[in-house]
Amino acid sequence: MPTTAFLTDSTLCIGCKACEVACKEWNNVAEDGLNWSGFSYDNTGAVGAQTWRHVKFVEQSPEPGFGGNAPELNSWSFSSDVCKHCENAGCLEACPTGAIVRTEFGGVYIQPDICNGCAYCVVSCPFGVVERNQDDGRAFKCTFCYDRQKAGMTPACAHTCPTGSIKFGEITQLLAEAEARMAQLHERGMQDATFYDASDTSVGGTHAMFIVRGDPRAYNLPPKPEVPTVYLRKAWRSSAIGAMMLLGGAIAAFLADGNGRARQ
Amino acid sequence: MSDPVRIPPRVPDKPRIPDEASERRLFEIRREDESKGIVKGAGVRPAGAPFPMASVETGYYGIPLLKEPSWTWEIPLYFFVGGAAGSAAVVGAIANYTGADRKIVRDARWIAAAGSVLSPALLISDLGKPSRFLNMLRVFKPQSAMSVGVWTLLGFSTAASATVFAQLLSDRYGPSFPVRLLENAGEAAALTFGLPFSNYTGVLIGASAIPVWNKNVGNLPIHFGMSGLSATVGLLELMGSHRSRALQMLGLGAALWECWEGFHLESRREPALDPLRHGASGTVTRIGGLLSGPVPAALRLMTMFSGKRRSNSLRTAASLSAVAGSLLTRIAWVHAGRVSARDWKLPLEIGRASD
Repeated sequence: MPTTAFLTDSTLCIGCKACEVACKEWNNVAEDGLNWSGFSYDNTGAVGAQTWRHVKFVEQSPEPGFGGNAPELNSWSFSSDVCKHCENAGCLEACPTGAIVRTEFGGVYIQPDICNGCAYCVVSCPFGVVERNQDDGRAFKCTFCYDRQKAGMTPACAHTCPTGSIKFGEITQLLAEAEARMAQLHERGMQDATFYDASDTSVGGTHAMFIVRGDPRAYNLPPKPEVPTVYLRKAWRSSAIGAMMLLGGAIAAFLADGNGRARQ
Repeated sequence: MSDPVRIPPRVPDKPRIPDEASERRLFEIRREDESKGIVKGAGVRPAGAPFPMASVETGYYGIPLLKEPSWTWEIPLYFFVGGAAGSAAVVGAIANYTGADRKIVRDARWIAAAGSVLSPALLISDLGKPSRFLNMLRVFKPQSAMSVGVWTLLGFSTAASATVFAQLLSDRYGPSFPVRLLENAGEAAALTFGLPFSNYTGVLIGASAIPVWNKNVGNLPIHFGMSGLSATVGLLELMGSHRSRALQMLGLGAALWECWEGFHLESRREPALDPLRHGASGTVTRIGGLLSGPVPAALRLMTMFSGKRRSNSLRTAASLSAVAGSLLTRIAWVHAGRVSARDWKLPLEIGRASD
C-alpha cells in the first residue's frame, strides 16, 4: 500500500470551501452551526468534531498600499486546514481503547465502533484537531477518507478541489512536488512562501503538508508541536518518586509512632 | 447650466506595473489630500476598520489552536477520590504491618474500598459512550497514561474491595485461614496498586498537549500524590483517629509539601502558568493551595503547643481544611487546563511577559 499524504498549497486556494462541502457530503458530517463570527469572513473558526476540512481566511496587512488601496484593505489568502495525520500522533498514542489506529496508507483513523468517548485524545492532540462530539459522545476527526482510499479513490476534498490547491498522492512524490513548487514560487518573487510539515519536531512530520505565505503562525500552525509522549519519562519518574515518598513517609511515621496502639 | 469639465482619459503607453515606491507615494498623496480636506478619505475605509488580522502577532484572529478538555465534573472528583483511595490503601497496609491502631487500619480499608467503587463509577459516567467502558480493557498501552491508569484502577478496585470483603467475613464468622489469606493478599495487592493509583492522574494530565499541565509534568504526580495523602489523613482523623501521632506527622509532611508546591508554582514566572494565578481558575488554585498547605500546616503545628481540648478542635479544623483543599486543588487543575487551552499565544509561541 502506498503511504499517502495531502499537500495543501494556499497560494492556489481561492477559498471556495468546496473541500468542506465535499467532506461533509461524503462523510455525512452534520452542520457545525450557522453563526457569524463577526471578525472575518471565516465563520467556522477551526477544525473540530463536525468540521474535518476548514478553509482559513487569512487577512493580512499587505505591503503598504500595494494595488492602489489603503492599508485598511488587506491581502487575503486562504488555506484549507485538516487533521495533520502526524507521523508520531499524540491522539493515537493516548487512546486507551486502541480505537485510534494507523491505517495502511499512513493516516490516523478513529474506529467509530471502538471509541468510547474518554476524550483523552482531545487533550493529547498538539494541533487541536480531535474533538468530542457533544451529541454523540465519541471523538471525531478527518478519516483521511479511509473508505475511499481503500477503494483506490482520492479523498473527497482533494478530488473536488477546483484549483489543485489540495494535492493528494504518495508522500515522497508530494514532497518532491512541494520542493519544486517552493522553488517556482520563490523564483516568481513570492519570497514569503513557506513549507510546513513539522518534520523537525517530535511530531516527526505530518501527512498533511502545507505551503503558506509568510509565518505559518498566522495560519494557526504551531512552530513547535510536541507529541505528548515526550513528557512521559519525566512524568513517570515523578510518579515513582511520589509513590516512594508516600510509602517511605507512611513507614517512617508509623514506626516512629511505635506506641500508638498502647496510647489509644 | 454649463457642462462639467471633461477630463480626457489618459491611456498609458504600456500597462503600469505597480511597484512599492510608487504605491507608497500614491498613498502619501492621498493621506495629504485627506488631511487638507481635498478628499474625504484616503482610499476605501470600511466601517469597523481596522479589522482584526491574522499575523505573527495576532495568530489566527486569536482563535485558540488547542481544544479545551471536554471532561465533565466527574473527572476532577475522580482525581480526588482516586488519590485519597490510593493513599488510604498504602497508609492502611503500612499501619497494619507496623502494628498500629486497628481503627486506622479498618477505616483506611473502608476509604480505599469506597474509592474503588466510586472511581470507576465516576470514570464511566464521564465517558461519551459509558456502555463501551469495557473497550478500555481491549488493550494495554504503556505509552497511554489513561490505559495504564485504567488497568491500575482495575487491579486496585479488585484488591481493595476484596480486602474489605474479607474483613467483613472475619468480623462476622471469625478468622479462618482462607479469609485471612484473602485479606492479606488483598491488602498487599491494594498496597502495590495503590502506590501508582495515588498519583498517576498527575501523569495523565501532565503528559498532554495542554501547556499549563505539561509545563508541570515533573511536579504534578508528586503534587497529586501528596494531595491525596493529605485527604486520606484528614478523612481518617475525621473518622475518629484524631489522636494518632503517625497521622499527625503524615498530615504535617503532606501539608508542608503542598506549601513548597504552592511556592514553586507562584514563584515561576512563566506565561504558561498564568491560569494558576489569574482569573477564576487562579482564585480556585490559590484557595485550594492555602487550604492544602499553609492552613493545615499551621493548625497542626499549633496543636503541639495547645491543651488537649483545644488541640482536638484545631486538629479537626486541619483535617477539614486538608480534605477541602485536596478536592479544590483537583478542580483547580482541571479548570486551569481549560483556561490554558484557550490561550492561543502559547502553542504559537507568541511572546508575552508573565505578570
